[in-house]
Amino acid sequence: MTESSATSHVHDEHVAHHFDDAAQQFETGKLGIWTFLLTEVLFFSGLFVVYSTLRNNNPEVFAYAAQFLDTKLGFLNTCVLLLSSFTFALGVRNAMLGQTKALGINLVITFLCAAGFMGIKYQEYSHKYHEGLLWSGSEHSVFKANLDDVHPEIRAHSSVWGDAQKLTPEFRHEVGQFFAIYFCLTGLHGIHVLLGMILIAWLLMRNARGDFGPNNFNAVDFGALYWHLVDLIWIFLFPLLYLIA
Amino acid sequence: MSHSDHHSEGPALGHVLPIKMLVGVLVALLLLTGLTVWTGQMNFHGWDLKIAMVIAGIKATLVCTIFMHLKWDRPLNAIFFLISIVFVAVFLAFTVLDTYENEVNVEALIESKR
Repeated sequence: MTESSATSHVHDEHVAHHFDDAAQQFETGKLGIWTFLLTEVLFFSGLFVVYSTLRNNNPEVFAYAAQFLDTKLGFLNTCVLLLSSFTFALGVRNAMLGQTKALGINLVITFLCAAGFMGIKYQEYSHKYHEGLLWSGSEHSVFKANLDDVHPEIRAHSSVWGDAQKLTPEFRHEVGQFFAIYFCLTGLHGIHVLLGMILIAWLLMRNARGDFGPNNFNAVDFGALYWHLVDLIWIFLFPLLYLIA
Repeated sequence: MSHSDHHSEGPALGHVLPIKMLVGVLVALLLLTGLTVWTGQMNFHGWDLKIAMVIAGIKATLVCTIFMHLKWDRPLNAIFFLISIVFVAVFLAFTVLDTYENEVNVEALIESKR
């Protein structure tokens, strides 16, 4: 940093020496993040394509399987995530205006929302695990093609076991496929939420250290862009998984 | 280009959004979420998925343009993002078009194995 001030440019301490000025650094970083978001969209699109193929082939399976998802919890999680996007956007605003205290508060709220989202997700996942609502390859799945393969524990406790026995082996297997894509989509999204929580914690730490101000808020702005993308993907996941009539 | 225009107020970098606008977007997003839950319980005879995707599309546009600042950014960022959407559309469209194309072959294969 100190070396750069020896060059012909007048540098502020937040600008890396390979940039002309703060604006160039900001715009470059932003384009970099958007490029990353582009790859993220393509990354998720593979699973969305699998989803559309499975649903196109077996619309009745999706309509049947979606009844096992809790719309209320899905709705609640959507609201929690939207709220977290809002507080992060507020945080970016705070950072731009140099309101570091408010930035800290908004980051904490965003973090708590993310934790709440994961808590609700945990509730949903553990309920599915106990009921055997899993992909048919799983040991604990109630949707095994061969009913003799269903785990004794699941047979004894699962409230779905009775229904599953009445289904044809093909249909059961296909319901298992629905849960495979459900866990892949929500699982990959959940990993992104966890990474986002680490990111927010890092921003909080840097904010406490006094790193951010009106001339240096790039990390907050770029972190928020990532977080909004995670929100964006959930906006599509919610109706596609929870709201199948 | 017209750099100084939108940077005239507030900090040297970025664009400060009014709180009212952010609150407005949040309220709109929550209302649209309620709407999509409501339409999800109705039966629109084959239009359900399309309606749900249109609502999700509106929500996504709100998040991208306002929360993600694309409305005030250099157009290149939006172009990058739109490119990803175009490629997803191509990916999805060709897969959907091809879904039933091999049906005859698959059925013949299943038949032959019986």
